[in-house]
Amino acid sequence: MTANSTTHPEVGTFAMARAQWRWPEVVFWLTAAGCILLFPNRYLILTEIAWLALFALSLDLILGYAGIVSLGHAAFFGFGGYAAGLLALHGIVTEPVIALVVAGLAAMALGFVTSFLVMRGSDLTRLMVTLGIALLLRELANRFSNITGGSDGLQGIEMAPILGQFSFDIFGKVGFIYCLCVLFVLFLLARRIVHSPFGLSLRAIRNNPLRASAIGIPVNRRLIAIYTIAAFYAGVAGALSTQTTALASLDGFAFDRSADLMLVLIIGGTGYLYGGLIGAVIFKLLQELFSTLTPQYWQFWIGAVLVVIVLIGRDRMHRWAMFLPRLIASKFSRAKTPVVAPESEAP
Amino acid sequence: MTIALETVNLEKSFGGLRVTRDLSLKIEAGARHALIGPNGAGKTTVINLLTGVLKPNSGRILLEGNDITGLPVHKRVLRGLSRTFQINQLYPDMTPLETVGLAASEHLGHGSDWWRRMGTRSDVNDAIAENLARFHLLDVMNEPTATLPYGKQRLLEIAVAIATKPRVLLLDEPAAGVPESERHDILSAVASLPRDVTVLLIEHDMDLVFSFADRISVLVAGAMLVEGPPDEVARDPRVKAVYLGEGADV
Repeated sequence: MTANSTTHPEVGTFAMARAQWRWPEVVFWLTAAGCILLFPNRYLILTEIAWLALFALSLDLILGYAGIVSLGHAAFFGFGGYAAGLLALHGIVTEPVIALVVAGLAAMALGFVTSFLVMRGSDLTRLMVTLGIALLLRELANRFSNITGGSDGLQGIEMAPILGQFSFDIFGKVGFIYCLCVLFVLFLLARRIVHSPFGLSLRAIRNNPLRASAIGIPVNRRLIAIYTIAAFYAGVAGALSTQTTALASLDGFAFDRSADLMLVLIIGGTGYLYGGLIGAVIFKLLQELFSTLTPQYWQFWIGAVLVVIVLIGRDRMHRWAMFLPRLIASKFSRAKTPVVAPESEAP
Repeated sequence: MTIALETVNLEKSFGGLRVTRDLSLKIEAGARHALIGPNGAGKTTVINLLTGVLKPNSGRILLEGNDITGLPVHKRVLRGLSRTFQINQLYPDMTPLETVGLAASEHLGHGSDWWRRMGTRSDVNDAIAENLARFHLLDVMNEPTATLPYGKQRLLEIAVAIATKPRVLLLDEPAAGVPESERHDILSAVASLPRDVTVLLIEHDMDLVFSFADRISVLVAGAMLVEGPPDEVARDPRVKAVYLGEGADV
């Protein structure tokens, strides 16, 4: 016991290895920033991709890391969207960044309250409960049209300049940069969360909740925590959508939105943070492509792509896509840490 | 002598089936106690009752004199009651480092830390290194658990439980399914568990039971049949009857 009480130096190194930045990540974010210069005519769709990515990141936190399925994640998106719209419309909080945080916190509070409903039951119950919550909120928003504008949505929102400096322009350049910055900051936070002991315990819970509690992990408390955090993310995504389009509508709560979100995450893959981001890019580009090719049947093609993805399997596609980058990477870095082979024992 | 773990008139029924009958069990601090019994005797149910997976219909469970009957699973672990699993319940895609790190983080109170990265706390790292070294897992600490030889996985199972720093450890068939060549490693790991940890061994394998235990309880049909030191239990005609199937009268 005393012989090894000093830290084995490799333990810390290996434990931190997972959290290290890898070059594809750097390339990803540089490319995202490069879009500001590369596509000056496409800011609107880029902005949509940015907040959709944030929204999908939120779902990934609960689905990919904690294993909570949800068909009603739009509840928080819509809630955050209306919160941001009302704050701006009534001049309660005019500065967009502060309003964004407030809207996120409002969605977070809703997430905390509803998390207790989601803790119970199996995946199927969770699907139904989350779906139900989103439908309920949509109808409430419809009913209290004096506050929400009903089916017309909140109109006449005027956005103040960001930090009092940068006004939203008609081309959407400022809006896109704003969304991208928010996405990046919240991504960094999510990255921090998933590589912490808390994040590791979420993976343990998703894999085997019974085992997790036998290690001493308070399963329900952790699930409530991540569900609440994810609600904040979704609320911020909704608020971004309101702030950049100057509109909040009942669509925010729509079932389609929750279902599309699931598609986005399935396309991109769960449980590695980039799935939601990559999924959002692919989903929006496919939607754009198919809706110009066949305006009436674009959903057919989205469906077809989804079926193909499931049939081929994302692991295999990932391997194909990463074949060349891996080959290049392995050529450049031959210096790998030697791994001690396990003792050879007859099986 | 102090009692580490005690059950008082524990009862559990599933529908009309009484699977645990009036079970009163006392395990002394520091003991190497074995719980044996034929298939279907209700050993697994006892573990589930002790760890809190199942709630008893009546009766109480005391850990070092404190009533833990109403506590959920994870709180019992934090109080010092841990278990190993008979069938592999490890995380296949996590490394031994991460698996032991989870348990150590929770034990040291850092489990809900969502800001600092794994590997940046020296107390957790020390605990990980100590446990991996004790169970000869340092050389494979960065390999996914699913790729480890089965014997190593069984060792990891014990290492995780020990990383929660238990006062009482429930060992559920630690050597089950381990190939003969790796069996010795498990037995020596079990034999060299810290003496201040009280161990309740649930086992089928009589060689292991009689080499390890200083006290044996025999469970039959959910009720305690015999309890005593190994030689006494081995001589008991009722135990022989149960195990050899002669005139099963209980």
